[in-house]
Amino acid sequence: MIAASLLAGCGGGSQTSTLYVFAAASLTDAFKAMAGAYQKQHPDIDIKLNFAGTPTLVTQIEQGAQADVLASADTANMDRLKADGLTSGDAQVFAHNQLEIVVAPGNPKGIKALADLAKPGVIYISEAATVPAGKYAQQALQKAGVTVRPRSLEADVKSVISKIELGEADAGIVYTTDLKAAGARVQGVEIPAEDNVVATYPIVAVKGAKNSAAAGAFIAYVLSEAGQSTLASFGFKPA
Amino acid sequence: MAGIGVSLQADVRVKAGALEIDMRIDVAEGEVVALLGPNGAGKTTLLRALAGLVQLESGRVALDGVVLEDTRSGRYVPTEERSIGFVFQDYLLFPHLSVLDNVAFGLRSRGVRGPEVQRRAAAWLERVGLADRAHSKPSALSGGERQRVALARALAPDPHVLLLDEPLAALDATTRAAMRRDLKSHLSGFRGVRLLVTHDPLEAAVLADRLIVMERGKHVQTGTPAEVTSRPRSPYVADLVGVNLFRGVAQRGSVRVAAGAAVAAAGAESGEVFAVIHPRAVALHRSRPEGSPRNVWHGRATGIELYGDRARVRVEGEVPIVAEVTPAALAELKLGEGGEVWLSFKATDVGVYPA
Amino acid sequence: MRRERAPLAIGILAAAGAAFFILPLIGLVVRTPWADAARAVTSADTLEALRLSLVASLTATGVALVLGVPLAWVYARIEFPGRSVLRALTTLPMVLPPVVGGIALLLAFGRRGLLGSWLESSFGISLPFTTAGVVFAETFVAMPFLVLTVEAGLRSMDRRYEDAARTLGAKRWTIFTRVTLPLIAPSLFAGAVLCWARALGEFGATITFAGNFPGVTQTMPLAVYLLLGTNPEGSYILSLILLVVSLVVLVGLRHRWLGSA
Repeated sequence: MIAASLLAGCGGGSQTSTLYVFAAASLTDAFKAMAGAYQKQHPDIDIKLNFAGTPTLVTQIEQGAQADVLASADTANMDRLKADGLTSGDAQVFAHNQLEIVVAPGNPKGIKALADLAKPGVIYISEAATVPAGKYAQQALQKAGVTVRPRSLEADVKSVISKIELGEADAGIVYTTDLKAAGARVQGVEIPAEDNVVATYPIVAVKGAKNSAAAGAFIAYVLSEAGQSTLASFGFKPA
Repeated sequence: MAGIGVSLQADVRVKAGALEIDMRIDVAEGEVVALLGPNGAGKTTLLRALAGLVQLESGRVALDGVVLEDTRSGRYVPTEERSIGFVFQDYLLFPHLSVLDNVAFGLRSRGVRGPEVQRRAAAWLERVGLADRAHSKPSALSGGERQRVALARALAPDPHVLLLDEPLAALDATTRAAMRRDLKSHLSGFRGVRLLVTHDPLEAAVLADRLIVMERGKHVQTGTPAEVTSRPRSPYVADLVGVNLFRGVAQRGSVRVAAGAAVAAAGAESGEVFAVIHPRAVALHRSRPEGSPRNVWHGRATGIELYGDRARVRVEGEVPIVAEVTPAALAELKLGEGGEVWLSFKATDVGVYPA
Repeated sequence: MRRERAPLAIGILAAAGAAFFILPLIGLVVRTPWADAARAVTSADTLEALRLSLVASLTATGVALVLGVPLAWVYARIEFPGRSVLRALTTLPMVLPPVVGGIALLLAFGRRGLLGSWLESSFGISLPFTTAGVVFAETFVAMPFLVLTVEAGLRSMDRRYEDAARTLGAKRWTIFTRVTLPLIAPSLFAGAVLCWARALGEFGATITFAGNFPGVTQTMPLAVYLLLGTNPEGSYILSLILLVVSLVVLVGLRHRWLGSA
């Protein structure tokens, strides 16, 4: 342990250093690709990724988990970390995401709009309001003036998609990016812009990061043209 | 209570691990029979086979001529339908039931209902002198009390057969003597077939009219206790009775036993015979005795044991034999373990009977 | 009788072993904001989750007893080809990640599942997103603990008591209910408590198979997990409540049934 920090302190050219990146679950595929591309350019950096629901990530950092960078799926949780005094510098928005209705392939229940989620015989499930996606889904329904009681409040977006894929539920509201990642297993129904909610993804260096220089460099890469095009390929809207 | 005239005929072959049991058991009306044998002879397995708890390799069990089991015809009356009372070696009283409910168990199983159950179970407890323990758990009873509860439980449903597996073995020595008398009176009050298993010759002799001796799964000897003790037919029985037993070929006044030695015996004529000599008939001497005894042997004392007013000396010579003398005589001989000694016994003290 | 003293090495390791369990509990107690605790305990959501947890775990234990005891009896008493394979299969949920168990349950009892699709089309019964689904998930994960414990009890009991009952004329069912079950009561009790404890703490299979909705399928562990993200203090309080309830039940029952602490 001591030897490792001494070596890191020497900063020898061939010495690799580890960067811990905590990222929201919805960023899983995009950030895996991002880290791969970044490491190709910076072979001396070894990126360790930790994916979970954003609130969980914030709690982990609060409890002292070793993190250098946090990429959040909403601003509320980012504010929470900031209020804890655990951020270093201002958070920067690096991506946006939108919502879509997810249904089984072929859309057997004929769902065309948010209002159809309230039709009898349609089993609608949502994310719990404790994760950003759940909060956004509620907002979208409110905007559209639709009242519907979800049959279940799933822990994350992926659970919603897999239950629809398995046929246990008929519809849910998820991120566009998750639909894209799910491919042909499910099908998306667009939500008109006036009802839609735009999710904002901020990124920040964690205060007390072991590797603050590398953290800054990685954040810069995410915001760079190369980083943005990687995100776009997974369905994220630009910052 | 079963009527007079219940008899049991069984012809049983059972495998119990490496032991193969092949026994014929006949119990006539009114008889108490004891199955006597060393540990591991297969007595318990045989008893369980009669109750239908062990699968027969082949054989037949009949009670009063009614076939309970016959491997040839495939007939098998399950245990619960056989009119059998079974007293297990460690009694196996149901630990979760009161004494009264233990005794009532068989009555309920046999379809007795209502206050009749309590009345009959209580009457049985009265008979075995445990009316005041009706609501105790078996764990609160002494060994002797448990034995009486087990007997009451087995007899309460009025079985035609009573099987007892080492009924007194679980008791300490002081209780055992009292319980033996007690059990004898209960056995004589029961008029069905009574068959008990024991390894204790005294218990067998006190309780039973007739003994069946079995060893290693096979029949050895049958007879009244007096017959069996006077004419043992195996080293095991001879040991139990405490006599010297030889087997050999009779030839005009002597019996040629193993290793070429001969025992002079008055009654020996011809053929395979047993020769039995009571240790009291064997005299010990420091030097070669003079006079009339026909049998004079020389050997080395290998074991000396004192039993109250008697001493038993095992002498290893051409043929090992046990002599019984008074402690005074032993002192006079100045005989210690390993000491050389002469012994003699009269030909008329040797009992001879066909093997 | 002399008191037995532990060898030093065993004493140290045992103390470390105990500390391994005690320290996280102390952490929970220390970090719980007690000022908010009273409010959280009496809040409708908490009580609803607690009620659901107790109802579902007790029902699951009941179902496990009804189905598991006969299964244990068959395993202990009946020899048939494939018995050990079947036993391994039915105890698999003990080692299976509960989430996988939940998915397997969906594939069998879900709307499109092997049996579930028939249940839905014939009777209109759908288990996912219902309290019955919670009971299913909990039973699936917890019953093996009961089956194994009861089977061990059946194997170690003295079967001659059953022989004694047979000689007294008892039929098989009577023997089972009046002799076998009372004799294995300690195993039965231990198995039921283990099963109940496992059901009470069940998370993965429940959220996967039954989903999460307050009052219907949201049990305490689900509430704790979902609260952890936004309101960690709240989740500490819920965890403590779950802990206290379990502790009271386990200590109370053990004292009552086994007569020792």
